[in-house]
Amino acid sequence: MRGSLKELGVYYRNLTRNMVLLITFVSITPMILVSGLILFQFHTSFQEKVHAHLTTLVKKHKQNIDTFLKERLADIRQLARTFTFEELSNESFLQDRLATLQDEFGPVFVDLGVVNARGLQVAYAGPFKLGMALYSTADWFQRAMKSNAFISDVFLGLRGLPHFIVAVRENWRGDPWILRATIDFVAFNNLVEHIRIGETGFAFILNRNGEFQTKPFQEIVPGKGPYLELLRSDNSAGERPVSIGRMTGEAGVKNIFVASPLKEGDWLLVYQQKVSDAFSDFERSLRVTMVVLLLGLIAIVTTAFLLSRRMVGRIAKADREKHMMNEQVVETGKLASVGELAAGIAHEINNPVAIMVEEAGWIEDLLEEEDFKDGANLKEFRRALNQIRTQGKRCKEITHKLLSFARKTDERVQEFRIDEAIQEIVALSAQRAKYSNVTVKLNLSEDLPNVRLSQAELQQVLLNLINNALDAMEKQGGSLEISSREEEGILMIEVADNGPGIPAANLGRIFDPFFTTKPVGKGTGLGLSICYGIVKKLGGDIEVASTVGVGTTFRIKIPLEMIKAQGSLNGKGE
Amino acid sequence: MDSFKALFVDDEVEFLDTLVKRMKRRNIQATGVGSAEEALSFIETNPVDVVVLDVKMPGMDGIEALREIKRRHPLTEVIMLTGHANVEVAIQGMELGAFDYLMKPMDIDELIYKLQDAYKKKYVHEDKIRRMTRGDK
Repeated sequence: MRGSLKELGVYYRNLTRNMVLLITFVSITPMILVSGLILFQFHTSFQEKVHAHLTTLVKKHKQNIDTFLKERLADIRQLARTFTFEELSNESFLQDRLATLQDEFGPVFVDLGVVNARGLQVAYAGPFKLGMALYSTADWFQRAMKSNAFISDVFLGLRGLPHFIVAVRENWRGDPWILRATIDFVAFNNLVEHIRIGETGFAFILNRNGEFQTKPFQEIVPGKGPYLELLRSDNSAGERPVSIGRMTGEAGVKNIFVASPLKEGDWLLVYQQKVSDAFSDFERSLRVTMVVLLLGLIAIVTTAFLLSRRMVGRIAKADREKHMMNEQVVETGKLASVGELAAGIAHEINNPVAIMVEEAGWIEDLLEEEDFKDGANLKEFRRALNQIRTQGKRCKEITHKLLSFARKTDERVQEFRIDEAIQEIVALSAQRAKYSNVTVKLNLSEDLPNVRLSQAELQQVLLNLINNALDAMEKQGGSLEISSREEEGILMIEVADNGPGIPAANLGRIFDPFFTTKPVGKGTGLGLSICYGIVKKLGGDIEVASTVGVGTTFRIKIPLEMIKAQGSLNGKGE
Repeated sequence: MDSFKALFVDDEVEFLDTLVKRMKRRNIQATGVGSAEEALSFIETNPVDVVVLDVKMPGMDGIEALREIKRRHPLTEVIMLTGHANVEVAIQGMELGAFDYLMKPMDIDELIYKLQDAYKKKYVHEDKIRRMTRGDK
């Protein structure tokens, strides 16, 4: 039994676990799928939005910068075309022109210079003393001489300060000359420096060699990463104006970059931002979603656990009840088969015993004859015959009890009045009660509804209870009160005697089959267990209250709901 | 009214024989027959005062025999002998007009008392009828 209980425990634990897992799986899977799908979609569209935003930003600034450079170039070309080499070679005139330009555009133009074909700066206007400087070996000079307009990379040059040059080539009397202007680095820097988004987004410009053309906001190493490749590829395929990509920085920080070629591919405008910063809004909503998901998960698991435990508890209870019921059924079946066996034996024994008793009686009769009157052993004969009669009676008691236990009581359900059924059974016992000197009092309610059940069964119960009471009071007499009433929809029938009572130690066992306190051969111990079985079958209960020396009361309680006559069309059925 | 006729009906011949012997010894004109059918034909030719009837018999059982006897000879009293305390049979028998019922094996004295009571009842009954019919003449 203990082993099977342990197995049952494992079974219920497994059941609980399976239910928890199933509920959790079924609830969480769609939740996660839906959330994941939405998050993915949201992520995709958010990324598109960010990319579009950054692309627009970079495109706009690329245009700004390109325009800026073109305009500066146009300004210088205008100057070179409007005035002759001679006019501009005059330093004071050049000074005036620089002042005019600075008036118009602010401190963008740092200085102006006129360089002849040999690379000699013949005139210079500006804050540095660069007059007569020789540029014949400078990179910008050589390249400017080849094309008619040129914008240099940022370099330190002769003055030792970062700057870049805008130069145009013109011809004067067959000889080329160059008008060059220096663009203020700070002014140019401003163009990209104010591209700032979030905490880590910034822009910078790289030249073909991966050198900074502007002052980057953060220290980065442009030689690494994709920028050089971009510069090279953009050089050949200029049709992609803006490219977006991702790269992992030195400390494993992921960055998003947006790059666009400038100056016909010579320069590259790069915007760079940490991914976490660029997608901070998305990550915030991701965090909120995760918290919600986690809370949902906890709620689901808790609910699943509690629900499963409660359900398994109910199942276990139902199983226990079923088990108990099964045991009861088995017990009843056992009793029935014991009873059938006993009935067979009792029937077979009864008749021979009856014959034996009769024969003994006949011998007793014969002993009355004169021939035996003086027999020496007459007394012994009498005693022996008496003994036979006594033992015959004992057999009779046993077989009668066994038969009444085993006998198939009439189980036909019929409608009848309770008080009448009780009166009938009391009348049957009246003779015995008189012999035992017991007065029977009836206290029957006449208002009870008609009931539908097996009258024989109910009477069997009452007869057993009455017989027990009469047995108990056989010696000193007493009174027996039988009452019936309705109490809150429950039919109550009480059989109360004022006999010697049942000791408390026996009270718990009196309904057990074969339990008896009567002397050996007097009782079978089946009467009360029959009563118990019948009352339980009717859906009722039988209780006993007993005090030694005061008396015993048996109370039968049957819910009227279960036994009330259905078709009470003709009232309470007179 | 000291001596009366009684018929004992039981399929157990040994039981029946001894019982009849003991009854005769007690000055009762007892006869025994082995079945309900025999009993009915016996009563036709030899009217009896009291019939002691075993309930459980092969062929016609005690309850049927009781019904038949009461129908043909309403004045004849019947005492039922049952094998065990069968409430339904007892109640049914009483309803059909049996005088009383006893459980086998019974005490001889108890049976004698019942027989005498039954005969007394029958005698009183018959006496009443006799006087009524005489009064009519």
